[in-house]
Amino acid sequence: MSDVLRFHYDIDGENFTSAGEASVQVKKKLRQLGFPPDVIRRVSIAMYEGEINMVIHARGGDADVLVHPDRIEIILEDQGPGIADVELAMQEGYSTAPDSVRSLGFGAGMGLPNMKRYTEEMTIESTVGVGTKITMVVNVQ
Amino acid sequence: MTIRDVAELLEAEVLCCEDALDTVVANACGSDMMSDVLAFVKDQTALLTGLVNPQVVRTAMMVDMRCIVFVRGKNPTPEMIELAEENHIVLLSTKVRMYEACGRLYVNHLSGGE
Repeated sequence: MSDVLRFHYDIDGENFTSAGEASVQVKKKLRQLGFPPDVIRRVSIAMYEGEINMVIHARGGDADVLVHPDRIEIILEDQGPGIADVELAMQEGYSTAPDSVRSLGFGAGMGLPNMKRYTEEMTIESTVGVGTKITMVVNVQ
Repeated sequence: MTIRDVAELLEAEVLCCEDALDTVVANACGSDMMSDVLAFVKDQTALLTGLVNPQVVRTAMMVDMRCIVFVRGKNPTPEMIELAEENHIVLLSTKVRMYEACGRLYVNHLSGGE
């Protein structure tokens, strides 16, 4: 049970262009480790949406991916503005992203719902003015 | 249908990864909203979009797409072409608009999947 792999990434909040690079790295690593394509896709999409959110809303943050034999845990932590109403933020279509982000193909209020859609567990701990920590788990079938 | 067939039907220019033109395209989707692509994708091989930024290529990578078609004469940046090349994703550019591009492929039996 001690064979847990941990990958850490600093998410650069200044650069929308590079957003998603950590998710790409995770995808490559999981592929090398031989996980099923469906698991890899779900982890990558959930983490990618999370990464985009951190860049849009929180000036970046930290991403940790813990690879267990039976599940993959993604922990995203930022020191951004926090989420005032988590329940509202989870509704598809609700967004506080600026229009400039929408013109880039994101910011339609799909990020958090997509993260939930592709993961078995998702918890959001957030304090306004302090930051947000999102933990997601994808089970390996 | 192959990516080559898609390029011919859309009179598209091939911008990179010509060696992968014989890849079979099982189905496709068209969207300018990348979160929608991430939400509803089901093994689509090709993405048609009017959006031009590196996140289009990264979105395609996340969902294992093999081809991106930029519609209504949009052209990706050199940076996007480089990213696509590294990840073996064929980039096509067509002057045809989104609605007609999707229609041409659909009437030639390329469905949206499901």
